[in-house]
Amino acid sequence: MPHDHAHDDPAHTLLPSDPALAVKALETVLSDKGLIEPGALDAIIDTYENDIGPKNGAAVVAKAWVDDGFREALLQDATETVRALGYYGRQGEHMVAVVNTPETHNMVVCTLCSCYPWPLLGIPPGWYKSDAYRSRAVREPRKVLAEFGVTLPEDTAVRVWDSTAEVRYLVIPMRPEGTEGMSEEELAALVTRDSMIGTGLAKVPS
Amino acid sequence: MTRIHDMGGRFGDGPVNPEVDEPVFKEDWHARALAVTLAAGALGQWNIDISRHSRERLPAADYARFSYYEKWIKALANLLVENGILSHEDIAGKGSKDPHPLAERAMKAENVPTALRRGGPADRPSDVEQIFQIGQRIRTRRPTANHLVDGGHTRLPAYAAGAEGVILMHHGAHVLPDSNAHGLGEAPEPLYTVVFAASELWANAENPKDEVTLDLWQSYLEPA
Repeated sequence: MPHDHAHDDPAHTLLPSDPALAVKALETVLSDKGLIEPGALDAIIDTYENDIGPKNGAAVVAKAWVDDGFREALLQDATETVRALGYYGRQGEHMVAVVNTPETHNMVVCTLCSCYPWPLLGIPPGWYKSDAYRSRAVREPRKVLAEFGVTLPEDTAVRVWDSTAEVRYLVIPMRPEGTEGMSEEELAALVTRDSMIGTGLAKVPS
Repeated sequence: MTRIHDMGGRFGDGPVNPEVDEPVFKEDWHARALAVTLAAGALGQWNIDISRHSRERLPAADYARFSYYEKWIKALANLLVENGILSHEDIAGKGSKDPHPLAERAMKAENVPTALRRGGPADRPSDVEQIFQIGQRIRTRRPTANHLVDGGHTRLPAYAAGAEGVILMHHGAHVLPDSNAHGLGEAPEPLYTVVFAASELWANAENPKDEVTLDLWQSYLEPA
């Protein structure tokens, strides 16, 4: 490539500095050349706003609470077990389920970027992608949990899963007391997104 | 030996601020940034490791300053130019509007659900023999570094370099990011989940019972 002083800076410096305008500029260029279809962008956004989100994971957790066979299968092979329910795809190709108990509390982070089980939990929330969570969750998980209003007993071990490969982790929170006899659907309503990341607990029925 | 994205364990970032009822996309442009990035990826001109590495390669000052989706869109612009898909003039909004040779590969709206459901598994057949067993003690290499490309992409965080841990799971062979991020082939090798005592990683672990696990490729590890 011939040397060209005008191109010494990375290409991104040529985009508008305002990020909303930068996105618009790049979308326009790609669309003008036929490289992206605006309708496909709308379909991607609609999928993650309406179809794929934490309600998928909550259904899995509720089933694991009521069905011992399903729970066993989930722990043996989470990928195939949730795929059988229709939950598979981008950023969920290799799933592992980890179970919270009185002895061990599991919590998930991606210190290097923002890896997250999209087919079960959707797009990660802002805090999951923040420098504060990425830097601190591995070193001081209990202080981080306190910022979510969660305090664990000293004799509960915290195991933090740093998602450094393409394996994605789903936390199965403990089933709250007072939920005997509830339907899967009622139980799923108690399963919060944060409880499946491990920064929260399942809701106690009111 | 590492880059700014490798922030696990760092001090100084302040509190985590969880937001109640945060929408999936806080701003319209966040949603567009994600969708443009996924649709551009569907052109098939790079892989997920190249894409991650492009964000990590943003100048450190920019990486620290940019918001999340701002990193995505700026890194995408660089990828498009580095791969010869767009020119600097295109990025500056001064290029031609003629149909692109790759336009026939553009993702169609009706194909979106299938494409997102299909995903992209990273497990592969491999001739590399599994040399560690579950329960075995290992030590991670130190310093963390890409051994194929100086300063290249790797997935052993600095905080876990030179640490002793125990093999917890074996996931079969997975594509090696250190190779795949640089177009050097998928080079699949055994992938393990390794568990470390928090006290092995941190000067002042919060609790002696606490642990951290990481997913690490065989070449990152040696017997302890």
